[in-house]
Amino acid sequence: MNWGSVSAFLAMGGYGGFVWGSYAVTAICIGLEIALLTARHRRLRRELRGG
Amino acid sequence: MTSRINWFKYSSPSTFYPLAGRLAPWFFVAAALFTVAGIYVGFFVAPTDAQQGEAYRIIFIHVASAWLSMFLYIIMAFWAGVGLAFNTRLSSMMASAVAPTGALMTFIALWTGALWGKPMWGAWWVWDARLTSELILLFLYLGFLSLQAAIDDPRRADKAGAVIALVGVVNVPIIYFSVKWWNTLHQGASVSLTRSPSMAATMLIGMLLMALGFWMYSIAATLLRARCIILERERHSEWIGQLRESRQ
Repeated sequence: MNWGSVSAFLAMGGYGGFVWGSYAVTAICIGLEIALLTARHRRLRRELRGG
Repeated sequence: MTSRINWFKYSSPSTFYPLAGRLAPWFFVAAALFTVAGIYVGFFVAPTDAQQGEAYRIIFIHVASAWLSMFLYIIMAFWAGVGLAFNTRLSSMMASAVAPTGALMTFIALWTGALWGKPMWGAWWVWDARLTSELILLFLYLGFLSLQAAIDDPRRADKAGAVIALVGVVNVPIIYFSVKWWNTLHQGASVSLTRSPSMAATMLIGMLLMALGFWMYSIAATLLRARCIILERERHSEWIGQLRESRQ
């Protein structure tokens, strides 16, 4: 176990901004890609059903 | 008993569409499992780095996305090349389906690299061989995508895109070997086939788990996008008409 407390975990030895900045942007990008793809597919299926 | 699978059956969009729909959720599940395991090992098992402190934990995303950015480019060029050579429309659709995810992985590799470079090198960006060739990779993906978007006829767009994709392949070994060929600020490979890894075993395991997670994710996203592209391009065909009644 590397971390004594939640705040130590969040601080990342003083590099928190860099580490969490990397992980957060990656998570946002991937979440966005999934959301856009799902919406695109749903819209296509709806258009096909409509005619 | 010799029952062979007819692989050509799956080269038709009408059979590939439901197959991709069945496979994609499993790849998403595998991606989630590997990524959660990778983050767990990366943050709670792998020790603090002696030189870089906690900042090195960016490696778990950085290396995984950088590997995938190169690997997906090769996959994209392969499908584009097959489409160009054999005029198979699903191959070209696969190339188009890989490209945005490849561009995303390249962006993530550059972004996390900047956030790692700042505390370690003191600069967000340097015009170093590794960084510059990775940036060129991003431009190649974007060039492929914008060229395809600019041409109305999909078959012509496929052919034009394939030329960019194939010419750009030369950049991939340049990225990979850049840290050997030039004197760069970027550190050398942590993992190579010819020598034992230069890092703690738990760090390596975390990195490999994340790479597997990103790999599974890329397959899932590509399958999902391929389904969209198939519907967009084949909407006037007979099988799509039949699909309307089914729920697949």
